Amino acid sequence: MKRAATLAWLLFLFSVPLWLGDLYVLHVLIVTGIFIIAAMSLNLLLGYTGQLSLGHVAFFGIGAYVSSLVSLGFEVHLLPGWLVRLEPKPVWLGMALGIVFAGASGWVIGKISFKVRGAYFVIVTVSFAEVVRLVALNWVELTQGPMALNNIPALTLAVPGVFEFTFLRKPANYYLMLVVAVLCYVLIRRLVHSRAGRAMIALRENEPLATSVGVDVTRYLVLATMVSAAMAGAAGALYAHYVRIVDPDVFLFIYTVTMVIMVVSGGKGTLAGPIVGGLIFGLLPEVLRGLEIKPEVQWVVYGVLMILVVYFLPDGIVPAVRSWWQRRGEGPSADATGRPTAEAAR
Amino acid sequence: MDQLLQHGVNALILGGTYALLGIGLTLIFGIMRVVNFTHGELYSFGAYMMFMWVMFAGVNFFLALVLAVVLGIALGAVIEVILLRRLRGADIDTTMLVMIGAWIALQNAEQLAWSGVAKSIDNPFPASPLVLGPVSVSWNRLFVFAVALALIAASYALINRTRLGKAMRATFQDRETAALMGVEINFIHTATFALGSGLAAAAGALLGPVFVVYPTMGDLASLKAFAIVILGGLGSIPGATVGGFILAFMEELGAGYVSSGFRDGMGFLLIILILILKPTGLFAQKERIG
Repeated sequence: MKRAATLAWLLFLFSVPLWLGDLYVLHVLIVTGIFIIAAMSLNLLLGYTGQLSLGHVAFFGIGAYVSSLVSLGFEVHLLPGWLVRLEPKPVWLGMALGIVFAGASGWVIGKISFKVRGAYFVIVTVSFAEVVRLVALNWVELTQGPMALNNIPALTLAVPGVFEFTFLRKPANYYLMLVVAVLCYVLIRRLVHSRAGRAMIALRENEPLATSVGVDVTRYLVLATMVSAAMAGAAGALYAHYVRIVDPDVFLFIYTVTMVIMVVSGGKGTLAGPIVGGLIFGLLPEVLRGLEIKPEVQWVVYGVLMILVVYFLPDGIVPAVRSWWQRRGEGPSADATGRPTAEAAR
Repeated sequence: MDQLLQHGVNALILGGTYALLGIGLTLIFGIMRVVNFTHGELYSFGAYMMFMWVMFAGVNFFLALVLAVVLGIALGAVIEVILLRRLRGADIDTTMLVMIGAWIALQNAEQLAWSGVAKSIDNPFPASPLVLGPVSVSWNRLFVFAVALALIAASYALINRTRLGKAMRATFQDRETAALMGVEINFIHTATFALGSGLAAAAGALLGPVFVVYPTMGDLASLKAFAIVILGGLGSIPGATVGGFILAFMEELGAGYVSSGFRDGMGFLLIILILILKPTGLFAQKERIG
């Protein structure tokens, strides 16, 4: 039954470009999907370990910049007389390196900030994002600064002499996004249900207890940060090769906030939460734009919505809907704490 | 050497306002356990109030400064009563999310009200700087420094010498016991948030006329305040004071000798260094503040 439902969902998602005629709507869906991938990665941290990464856009941006730079090639004077030069490399290699770099920076940030608990991780990540933005803005030789990286090549998959395919058109990019999103979803799902995932949830619920039964808390926190950062980097790389221009504005704080709202409103710590929240907050700006509302008003609405969600739906939409469903006496099972199991999320 | 001296004087003067920002934030964190993301918005609110009173209403500069601080205190009290009071006892992440929401709403409301164009504020001080040997300081900055020092001293006096300060320190040590001893916890929280907000607004009102005023100015102020507070140890007022000056010196020297583009990155460098070397901060105290 559950398997059938999953299959139906997948079929529906994969069929979208077939019946959706409007290319602009498809574009909005692709960008929303990319942000949902980022939100899912944030959820791994915020939802399952209880740590808020408020600089998540830094990992997204690092993925975007590294991937673009590798596929475009660059020349940088690192020290006087020391020229570093990189010839343009294939896009898939750039994307892979983007993911690796994002993951590595997540590892470093986690290593440093989880020496202490409390608000430190939040503050370190938020200022890390600001510093990365400053680097992107000021290291003009590498990043072109505010002039942005242009003409970023689209992803090309090729087996020499057999076939070659470039992800140029929107349906192709939609499928690319969807495949990566499903991969990330499956990866997060497996991780959450693994030993590491149970350790993360244990330490979210009660860190001293988790430590006392032998969970190496810091190690799992760092691991979660690294995986989460790598996934955000993958989303960033997808984004760069889809819109094909990257400027330092990808590091703007407001994108992190968008991801946080997506996770919190949908339901942190549930697999479906970031997807539901992501669809709402990915499409909402388009709706508001249709109403010809000024962007500032839109952001004020975002801020107020965020406060209201915390007050009235502290667990998010998905758990709220699920407990409503359960009260009708026929819903999916929940575990002993009343917190719905992650399994039931989809 | 002369250049170094000039950088030192600049840093000293900037450090006063940084310390104000840091003290406000660390007070709020120490007593309320709230990571206050609206802190920078109170800073830009102070600057915009200064702009409004001086440039629109034509109020006297010094009176405008007082008004800006009073309004900052009032806004802080309103935020606390409306948003935070009902979250008493909620975990730190919940209040953090609410404060982030408030930050976004406030900042964009500001942008809506004043537009995104940077504004400058006239000041009544002589244009020619005070020259002392190799060092020159504008009168305006000197005034900023003097007021900042006075406010720092006043905060110390308030916390260490008054009944309200005693109640604050008691709440910091142990909220439940303080409440049992008859401390009005709700009032203490409102007063703390209002005081911290007032200090941030004062920093904004003081620096607004020195630099320019723009809607996102608060973001950097928040980040700097966080760096200062981590440096000094979360909840430590002497730590925040010293931290403010240390950050100002690092920024001045970094901008002067390395690259001005990375001036605002110094706070981050400082956070990383402190987390590697002494994660609890320079002045970490568990039991008391003041």
